[in-house]
Amino acid sequence: MRYMMLLAGTNPATPPPPELFEAIMKLGGEATQAGVMLDTAGLLPSAAGARVSLTDGKVTVTDGPFTESKELISYALYEVRSKEEAIEWASRFIKLHRDHWAGWTGSTDILQVMGPLEPAGP
Amino acid sequence: MTEPGREATRSAIEAVWRIESPRLIAGLARITGDVGAAEELAQDALVIALEQWPLRGVPDGPGGPGAWLMATAKHRAIDMIRRRASYERKLQEIGRDEALRPENSGEPDVDAMDDHIGDDLLRLIFISCHPVLSPEARAALTLRLLGGLTTAEIARAFLVPEATIAQRIVRAKRTLTARRVPFELPLRAEIPGRLTSVLEVIYLMFNEGYAATAGEDWMRPPLCAEAMRLGRVLAGLMTREAEAHGLVALMELQASRVGARTDPAGEPVLLADQDRRRWDRLLIRHGLHALVRARTLGGPPGPYEVQAEIAACHAQAHSVRATDWERVAALYVVLGYLTPSPVVELNRAVAVGMAFGPAAGLELVDALVAEPSLRSYHLLPAVRGDLLRKLGRSDEARAEFERAASLTENVRERELLRRRAAELT
Repeated sequence: MRYMMLLAGTNPATPPPPELFEAIMKLGGEATQAGVMLDTAGLLPSAAGARVSLTDGKVTVTDGPFTESKELISYALYEVRSKEEAIEWASRFIKLHRDHWAGWTGSTDILQVMGPLEPAGP
Repeated sequence: MTEPGREATRSAIEAVWRIESPRLIAGLARITGDVGAAEELAQDALVIALEQWPLRGVPDGPGGPGAWLMATAKHRAIDMIRRRASYERKLQEIGRDEALRPENSGEPDVDAMDDHIGDDLLRLIFISCHPVLSPEARAALTLRLLGGLTTAEIARAFLVPEATIAQRIVRAKRTLTARRVPFELPLRAEIPGRLTSVLEVIYLMFNEGYAATAGEDWMRPPLCAEAMRLGRVLAGLMTREAEAHGLVALMELQASRVGARTDPAGEPVLLADQDRRRWDRLLIRHGLHALVRARTLGGPPGPYEVQAEIAACHAQAHSVRATDWERVAALYVVLGYLTPSPVVELNRAVAVGMAFGPAAGLELVDALVAEPSLRSYHLLPAVRGDLLRKLGRSDEARAEFERAASLTENVRERELLRRRAAELT
């Protein structure tokens, strides 16, 4: 089962400590060694992006930042055997932030991707 | 805790188990030198977790639940070894090992464990795929030890009774003990042969999922997914082995077509008729990447790499017509050198038929008709029927499709072949 993990959050004023990056690299290494990590990357702040929307038949383009929502920070694509396994990996990732970057708050949304190896729908 | 809460914890524990059990068993096997004992100790730790975690919560200390399971299992390993006086020497080893561990030094010592983890996992893969075991026994034991699957899950995957799998696993462990197979990495000179044995098992698993040889379903995707995961684990541990990457490439490229291989009613769709927009882009990208790694490692390509090259020809073509069939036919010649077999020759005939016309393909197929090993192989009449159909020889083609239908044990495939026969009347 393929899952997309989207990490969103609010960074504290302090810069991210190097220990956090190290821990993230280590966890990523474990997920890769376990054969479950398909892809992952960090995202630049939405100020670097744009939004294309459709309202009342009208297409509009707005430059970032998208102030009304928390910033998306990174994504990861996992291939695991159950939703619980996806939750376990996401929990480990979130706990790294708790353990290494005081004041950080945020969340990971876990979304099942329609992949070739499973039927659609819960 | 409420009942739903308990249920959620149970699911969470199972997920932790799936993630941690291979490392756990591998680490314990290094300590005990016995894979069977290692698995039992790991299971014991799981039982304790299932009792304690729903009440006290999932351990959240350094190293998380994995470290907790390892510490618990190791304590039991030490108890077990202490009870066995003949393991006196081993006890000293453990004692020394234990002195380095977090519970004694007060420092989390995850790194020391990590130093071994890659090698331990590799040892576990090599032992559970040891050539002293039959391929079926290797597959069952590997799914158990490296996939964290229960006996019931393995039985379901292979469509055999649970008791059969249980017995297969017990016998496999007994054989490893009786033959005194050590928990060691193969010697440098042995690696090619031993690696072949590992790759064979992973591909057997994949194929059992991809082209179910019997039963109602045309495919069993979870088995494909597990084989691919194990392939990625192996390739990550043996980064310089081209065939490990070749096998990953082959499985990912083949699996990329899974979504297009069946129609909404679950009926099989042949390669030529598949909607290629439904092929999985991510798996194609991954597979091609693994293939490039295999190529750049150099040396003459092995059979998995060559088969991946063939799969890549399909993956990169927008249509059957746009496929480089001459290259596919040439690759089958190479594959025939590496692994001579009438099945490879039959596949070459299909490619030749596409590249140079059905008459050229039929000539090759006709040379195989007398082949004893293909006498009950349903794809021979299926391929022959297709070539005859293209040559306008409908009556002969229909007879071949009907013959193919009578030979396959897969229900879905039989229906497909009957339909192809019926279309010619």
